[in-house]
Amino acid sequence: MIALLKRDLRLAVRAGGGFGLGVAFFLILCALVPFGVGPDSGALRPIAPGILWLGALLACLLSLDRIFALDHEDGSLDLLATSPLPLEGAVAVKALAHWITTGLPLIVAAPLFGILLHLPGAAIPALIVSLLLGTPALSMLGAFGAAVTVGLRRGGLLLSLLVLPLYIPTLIFGTEMIRRGQEGGSIATPLLFLAGITAGTLALIPFAAAAALRINLR
Amino acid sequence: MSIWEYANPVKFMRTSGAILPWVVAGAAICTVTGLVWGFLTSDDYRQGSTVKIVFLHVPAAMMAINIWVMMLVASLIWLVRRHHVSALAAKAAAPIGAVMTVIGLITGAVWGQPMWGTWWEWDPRLTSFLILLLFYIGYIALWSAIEDPDSAADLTAVLCLVGSVFALLSRYAVLFWNQGLHQGASLSVQSGERMSAVYRYPLYLTMLGFGLLFLALLLVRTRTEIRKRRLAALQAREMRA
Amino acid sequence: MIDLGKYAGAVLGAYGVSLALLAGLIWQTLAANRCARRNLERQEKNG
Repeated sequence: MIALLKRDLRLAVRAGGGFGLGVAFFLILCALVPFGVGPDSGALRPIAPGILWLGALLACLLSLDRIFALDHEDGSLDLLATSPLPLEGAVAVKALAHWITTGLPLIVAAPLFGILLHLPGAAIPALIVSLLLGTPALSMLGAFGAAVTVGLRRGGLLLSLLVLPLYIPTLIFGTEMIRRGQEGGSIATPLLFLAGITAGTLALIPFAAAAALRINLR
Repeated sequence: MSIWEYANPVKFMRTSGAILPWVVAGAAICTVTGLVWGFLTSDDYRQGSTVKIVFLHVPAAMMAINIWVMMLVASLIWLVRRHHVSALAAKAAAPIGAVMTVIGLITGAVWGQPMWGTWWEWDPRLTSFLILLLFYIGYIALWSAIEDPDSAADLTAVLCLVGSVFALLSRYAVLFWNQGLHQGASLSVQSGERMSAVYRYPLYLTMLGFGLLFLALLLVRTRTEIRKRRLAALQAREMRA
Repeated sequence: MIDLGKYAGAVLGAYGVSLALLAGLIWQTLAANRCARRNLERQEKNG
């Protein structure tokens, strides 16, 4: 499993753009929003949590179809399926690799972009914690969507149609947490909900994703 | 004699063909009578004539949820027992559910405009219905995207299971996110009288009518799917020969 | 004709749209069924 993780990370780095592209997309999105709603900080501040979370979500979505597509094309996915490693574990490792290459850079970059959007300093810890808790669920759900659409020629659009509704609970609790952090309220309730959703997703979705992969490899 | 006998497509075709006229007649009688009766009821003193929308809104919304549950059950049966009719029934039900969801949303919007002064509000119930519609669209899109019918049935069934969990999660997440404008359940066994009998009986009739209508449409659509499948099988055999 | 008062547009609109949607669904169902039946019969006759 460690070897698989290392291999995936190495492939992402070698291919280039694995780390950078998601963050660049996130930056462009955050830069475009003020052009859409105006530069007024009073208008930007209340929507900053939503923009940051939506940006993270869309940046995550961009690279999802690469989780399994390349391995499916060159046949290494079949090798993974026949290897002694359970497919559920392989799926989890692939989602972890996706999270390290896209989720983690987003979390590092998010405070900077928060400043761009006039997010008050008091909300930054809530922002980081909510992304830290939420993005693993995004990667794992994305891996499920990628597993369902792996054999399709034009899977990209369908993938987003399938995956985005699954992101709704994470998005709700994530933004709610930042908003409460912004207002100085207690963030415990959304934090617990967010952590619960992520924990449940990490525990159960690998089985669904592995089942979908087995069907697609049949 | 068990219910699983109807999983045999031939048996299903024969039985469904036999009961279909009765279901269609029942659906037509109940829906038309219920709607006409509902349309002729007197106006509510507060809501005026808009109360008549309830006879479309409530049955459609009820069926939108029930159809998803039916799809979930059919998907589970397909995954566990591999009965093709079950998978095809789930496929056949999805567009009906989507249309019911749209009817629920549109009648709600038309009703909300004069009553709440807005077409749309990000209220928990309304938002959950929008999310349900998204799940229906994703499910239908996945069915139409995959060529191999057995893979499509498997993958959509898995999606239906995961989707059900997340639809339910979204339902409660949305409740947390925004308190609502929409009233609670108007019809409930425990809460006693909430709605006058004048409106209640036609409403029961339309609910029954929509249920039968769904059953009739479901049977016809499933028969269509079985015929399509048989045609594909015959053509495949011809190609091989 | 019964009097719908000032909400006549809303009520008739809701009924109209819903019934149109239902009619569309029923029509699509029947058309698809007819098409499938015709194709299958042709195939069974030839094959």
